[in-house]
Amino acid sequence: MLTLIKNGNVVTFDKVEKADILIENDVIKQIGKDINAKADKVIDASGKHVFAGFVDMHVHLREPGFESKETIQSGAYAGVKGGFTGIACMPNTNPVCDNKFVLRYIIDKAKEAGLAKVYPICSITKGEEGELLSDMLTLADNGAVAFSDDGKPVKTSQMMRLALEYSKAYDLPILCHCEDMALTNGGVVHEGYNANIWGLKGICRASEEVAVAREIIIAEELGAKVHICHVSSKGSVRIIRDAKKRGVKVTAETCPHYVSLTDDEIANFNTFAKVNPPLREEEDVKAIIEGLVDGTIDCLATDHAPHASWDKECEFDSAAFGISGLETAFAVNYTYLVKTGKIDLPKLSRLMTKNPCEVLKIKNNGIAVGEKADITVIGLDKEFTVDRNAFVSKGKNTPFDKKKLCGEVICTFVDGKICFGGKQ
Amino acid sequence: MLKQKDLLGLKDLSKENIELILSTADEMRKVVDSSPKKCDLFKGGSMATLFYENSTRTKSSFELACSYMGGVYTSLNVATSSVNKGESILDTLKTIDSFDTDIIVIRHSKSGVPHVFAPYVKASIINAGDGTNEHPTQALLDMLTMKRAYGKIEGLTVAILGDIKHSRVARSNIWGLSKLGAEIKIFGPETLLPKGIEKMPGVKMCGSLKEAVSGCDAVMGLRLQLERMTKGLIPSMGEFAKKFGVNEEVLSWAKKDALLLHPGPVNRNVELSYTVVDGDQSFINEQVTNGVAVRMAAMYLLNQAKRS
Repeated sequence: MLTLIKNGNVVTFDKVEKADILIENDVIKQIGKDINAKADKVIDASGKHVFAGFVDMHVHLREPGFESKETIQSGAYAGVKGGFTGIACMPNTNPVCDNKFVLRYIIDKAKEAGLAKVYPICSITKGEEGELLSDMLTLADNGAVAFSDDGKPVKTSQMMRLALEYSKAYDLPILCHCEDMALTNGGVVHEGYNANIWGLKGICRASEEVAVAREIIIAEELGAKVHICHVSSKGSVRIIRDAKKRGVKVTAETCPHYVSLTDDEIANFNTFAKVNPPLREEEDVKAIIEGLVDGTIDCLATDHAPHASWDKECEFDSAAFGISGLETAFAVNYTYLVKTGKIDLPKLSRLMTKNPCEVLKIKNNGIAVGEKADITVIGLDKEFTVDRNAFVSKGKNTPFDKKKLCGEVICTFVDGKICFGGKQ
Repeated sequence: MLKQKDLLGLKDLSKENIELILSTADEMRKVVDSSPKKCDLFKGGSMATLFYENSTRTKSSFELACSYMGGVYTSLNVATSSVNKGESILDTLKTIDSFDTDIIVIRHSKSGVPHVFAPYVKASIINAGDGTNEHPTQALLDMLTMKRAYGKIEGLTVAILGDIKHSRVARSNIWGLSKLGAEIKIFGPETLLPKGIEKMPGVKMCGSLKEAVSGCDAVMGLRLQLERMTKGLIPSMGEFAKKFGVNEEVLSWAKKDALLLHPGPVNRNVELSYTVVDGDQSFINEQVTNGVAVRMAAMYLLNQAKRS
């Protein structure tokens, strides 16, 4: 089977160039101008941009255990609809993904869905309880791409140290949810003016920053690698930047909502803007964008956290934390980072594909001959209004609802197969 | 006339509407002071109260306000209701709404409960205190007390002291007083001051109790919950009383005849000394009387808005 993507602006990790792409079965066969091949299917991509499929290193697929929020099938569909050809799912399911049976279940379900590739992340500690290490080596042998207790921090510094020590020789990626729970102290939004005027309990920046510093100090002493999840505060950016300058092997991710929104969104108790870590202030958004520009922050991940309607349609304190992010991620990143001139398209492609793959040690050379045809075609100029009810994710919880964004995913190929769109 | 369905807070209430409620309440006060206490302004009207938190003053004053105006009410006893069987707030509210009452008065320990659920019910919702967010009728009665004493709010200086962080009374007063042109001086232990308070309108942060109280027309103490101590926000009640409490000496720093206010219930000898609570400058009981008048005004105006 031959598929030809004609006349697109091909965005690789270092340039944008007009070219045709010929796909044979699941592999990119040829890239070049005016390819003349008798293709079984031709996609006219004139005026469109063709990216290496995005890889989201941080999503919650909720299955097993919380299928009312999301299933692997619905999450993987939301993935391809958002232009993601790969998504790495966090282990805070029920039961927790800390054993090869749950791991196998996730891998099987993902295969059955046949949409975005699903890369399972297993928990660092058994049950994410912070007491005993999971069988990390066995889990890695069985398909776990990384380890994280995401949803909460690894309880003690000592346990984090043991995890980094134990995994170091095998170079397993350790992804850290950085939060000092004593400092969070039941907070629900960023501590500041907005928390005050709505009478909501604040989460101080130090809650994140103390924990970021902890992971970095431990990793530095051991010479181990560590990855910081969902950076939300300016102080975290500074701590990570300083660490990188010292040569600490630290990488970091932030999320579309932290480069675009502030805690102004919580007005009138909008539970869709309740997320952990919380949306913070203008100065944090600015610092995070600077961190992306100068390479302090390596990746853009969604922290896709879908919830059922009743998890959000309730009093603010009781509402679940999280944003359903897969279906708006690219448009938010493009609108707030590229259209504003902060970064260019190849950089965005690195932030959304190359760098996350490097952290997770997934081989991915982007759009290149011989590579798997994981490709996303996007109409950059197309402005649209976000309609949460049109989400295919079960989680319709987004603070971007009714906001205008640019950059619409037109078509997503996974292993050469069209998994979303492409009907012309 | 109030052109809104609900009274959720003073943050979103215009200056004109605040003034309207206060002037109406001033008229209502005449009913409260007369005998028999009766008018027909809410005749045929009905009210339900739903208090998820304890209350002495607020709940009874809503009930009396309703009765004085010829309306009927039911007060749901949350402790013995289906709430104990795990009925959600929304389900409970919808049930009460099906009684077709004109007004539902709600208090809850979580901020935003009235705001989040008001759109789901037909009745007018009056917020009788939501978490640490707002307590609009309390601030309105505080302002009525000041207005009746001084003739107007504009140009007054009001000290609000103590646990600002957890106080919905303080927040509503800051919104209301600032809209009407008063200056608000804030002082309390740093652990009980919320971040961002200094950016609220009309607010002046003070470095000492003396600075805060000096020259004030009214001095407002706030109830200090015991759990602030057990959670470590202050070392002891004794230290709080000594460094942040109002006694006769502290009150003497304010203007002569300045009003001493407190939303109640008072912890005597903590935020206010025993003697000032019962002293000549104490308007604490006057506040309670004005509370009935303010609630009559709020209920009447919301009901009028609905009927029109």
